[in-house]
Amino acid sequence: MIFDTVIIGGGSSGLTCGIRLQEAGKKCVIISSGQSALHFSSGSFDLLNALPDGTKVTNPIDALKELKAQNPKHPYTKIGEEKFAHLAQEAQRLLADAKIQTVGSYHANHYRLTPFAITKPTWLTMADYVYAEQPDTFSWKNISIINFTAYLDFHPNFFADKFRRMGMSVREIEIDLATIANNKNNLSEMRSTNIARLFDNGKTFANFANILKSKIEKSDAVLLPACLGLEHADIVDTLSNILGVTVKLLPTFPPSVSGIRSQYLLKQRFMELGGTYMLGDTVNKVEFEGNQVTKIYTVNHNDIPLRGEQYVLCSGSFFSQGLVALPNDIIDPICGLDIDYISDRKQWFADDTFDKQNYESFGIKTNEHFLAIKDQKTIDNLHVCGASLGGFNALKDGCGGGASLLTALYAAEEILGNKK
Amino acid sequence: MESINKSDNNFEQCLKCTICTVYCPVLAVNPQFPGPKHGGPDQERLRLKMPSFYDEANKYCMNCKRCEVACPSNVRIGDIIQKAKLKYSRHRPSVRDFFLSHTDLVGTLSSPFAPLVNKALGWNVTKQILDGVLKVDRHRTFPKYSHEKFTSWMKKHADEQKQYPHQLCYFHGCYVNYNFPDLGKDLVRIMNAFGYGVELLEEEKCCGVALISNGFVGQARKQAETNLKSIRKAVSQEKAVILTSSTCAMTLRDEYPHVLNLDNKDVRDHIEIATRFIYRMIHETKAFDVSKLKFRNRPLKIAYHTPCHLEKLGWEYYSLELLRLIPNINLTVLKPNCCGIGGTYGFKKENYENAQKIGAPLFKEIEEGDFDFIVSDCETCKWQIEMSTSKKCIHPISVFAQALD
Repeated sequence: MIFDTVIIGGGSSGLTCGIRLQEAGKKCVIISSGQSALHFSSGSFDLLNALPDGTKVTNPIDALKELKAQNPKHPYTKIGEEKFAHLAQEAQRLLADAKIQTVGSYHANHYRLTPFAITKPTWLTMADYVYAEQPDTFSWKNISIINFTAYLDFHPNFFADKFRRMGMSVREIEIDLATIANNKNNLSEMRSTNIARLFDNGKTFANFANILKSKIEKSDAVLLPACLGLEHADIVDTLSNILGVTVKLLPTFPPSVSGIRSQYLLKQRFMELGGTYMLGDTVNKVEFEGNQVTKIYTVNHNDIPLRGEQYVLCSGSFFSQGLVALPNDIIDPICGLDIDYISDRKQWFADDTFDKQNYESFGIKTNEHFLAIKDQKTIDNLHVCGASLGGFNALKDGCGGGASLLTALYAAEEILGNKK
Repeated sequence: MESINKSDNNFEQCLKCTICTVYCPVLAVNPQFPGPKHGGPDQERLRLKMPSFYDEANKYCMNCKRCEVACPSNVRIGDIIQKAKLKYSRHRPSVRDFFLSHTDLVGTLSSPFAPLVNKALGWNVTKQILDGVLKVDRHRTFPKYSHEKFTSWMKKHADEQKQYPHQLCYFHGCYVNYNFPDLGKDLVRIMNAFGYGVELLEEEKCCGVALISNGFVGQARKQAETNLKSIRKAVSQEKAVILTSSTCAMTLRDEYPHVLNLDNKDVRDHIEIATRFIYRMIHETKAFDVSKLKFRNRPLKIAYHTPCHLEKLGWEYYSLELLRLIPNINLTVLKPNCCGIGGTYGFKKENYENAQKIGAPLFKEIEEGDFDFIVSDCETCKWQIEMSTSKKCIHPISVFAQALD
């Protein structure tokens, strides 16, 4: 099979790169070995929340100089200040074109809530989620927090407590979905996605809206667990119109409905632009000739290789098995590229789970243009993007989402530039 | 280091990430099903301790393998559930299960009386009896039996097929043989146009997928051994073995080793669907020259539905590429939704309602699309789509054959 670009990995990074290339008329294939880490999305994309020394960041673009000084290996240092702003805008534009509506800006972090109701800075948040321009500043006085009977992946008490301490009056309302959905069976698998599917049924949704209307009294905001909108992203607006008050979503534990919707919308966008997406396949051999990748083989396609002029590796980190930890080694199981890591295993992790973990910043070595390095030689037609890259701690620095999207767009523009 | 895992599957690779539960079509409509994660790797742990932990609600798994396609850790969730069903279930297959799964027997008995059988299966009274006595849902439309079996037709044309410079073997499957020989004939026509004569395998039995899912594992293994023997013979004569049924292909390639514990490593890579064979011949070996084919150039607006088992094989691409060779075609790929039939699953009275609920989003998309017809590689998807929508559903091989001048 011959494509212009072969992309390994179909999560946020691979899809972003693929969409950008398809937009420019390139023929791409994405090979994805199963669904991506977007299924655990918080509802936000972080760009840069802190510097490696722990200093909090309120304006990511202004912090780049200091980031460069503290961590010259960071992907943002390679991208550079000028491109950074352009790519951050591009990322938001690309999401919007895929019908993923976000709020936020690369020169001012805003604030989201975690499922434990902790306030955290972030870059882009799903437009229907609760967020604030400044930490914990909300104009609401009376709010209702909704939960569903037997739904265990959402803890309204954390949120209720937080909002009460901010001086709000909070009404906690529990709704029994079994009655609303007229479902005689016990909903044993009460997960966010199953609840979202109930609401995708118009009749159940109308029932729910009616019951809610009778219960919220004079609330000026109704906050729901983010279990709505698997299929229809505008369901929160619809509910808001019916109730006549602001309706916003609070994050739940996984699976993440908004993350799954984002994955689906990005994939749809990629395919509508003519891209080929192969799900559930695994690359089992990559052939090199000199400093070029020539073809790749996969489990499903076996003797029929996939060929491209360019290749992009967006295979993710340890969760997605883009990186694999062996007893004394960290490897890239797909291409066997050089990895940036500490060889002494004792230094991989800190005993306290919440401390900075060194393994978080291990990843594939690249040159200044994110071209892969194998046996200390640069591979000219293989870019590496997203969580596969080394040099940053996505959790501590709060930069995982931005690193995924921006390096993917960087690689796409490099590939397009090279062809000009 | 000796492995501690005493099970013969990879359940310990499960990270409990829950992604599979999002993509399970059954779980979305039937809360009684424990779901792929729980019924698969979670309960496997318990079953290994004590077989009595087996949960009979795993019977609701339709073995679509969507969980495996979604799993980021490559856990063979569907296989784990299938094997657990066969190993631990105390449920004995019923008479209905026997008739639904023994396709060769039922097909052989029905074919000679095809016109009568077809008529009788359409009668309300027959449907009521099947529903009441056998628990085969009365809403189902049965596939029609063909008076002449595909194998009989092939035998008549064997000499003519031998005249072609190259030969390949066709695993036709029960559907083509007993119900719809036209699909087999379309395949023969295309292969002939490319210079290939088509042969039958020395002996072909039903692939056994329905036997496996209905608990007749001994019979399934017997038929699988016969099939593997015939395939080995064809492969030793350097003949490709191709199929039109995506489910038979998945069964021969993956269920034989994973569920029936039959080693097929030596021939597995030689078993493929026809559209993949054609793709290779056109694009990789360049043995087929499409420019020599003459097309009718009739405008077509069609939609392609990916069968679950073809998605598991990862081969949808080949069927789509074949369709894209047809000039003047407007092709939509439908959203990745299961049709709900799951082979014999949807025929059972206890599953009928859920099967239709699973398929509802697909049916809706089809009805809203204003397509000339639907295209899919799976015979049971075809029955389900034709019964539940106003559209015909045609195999890509037939679409291609009919587009030829």
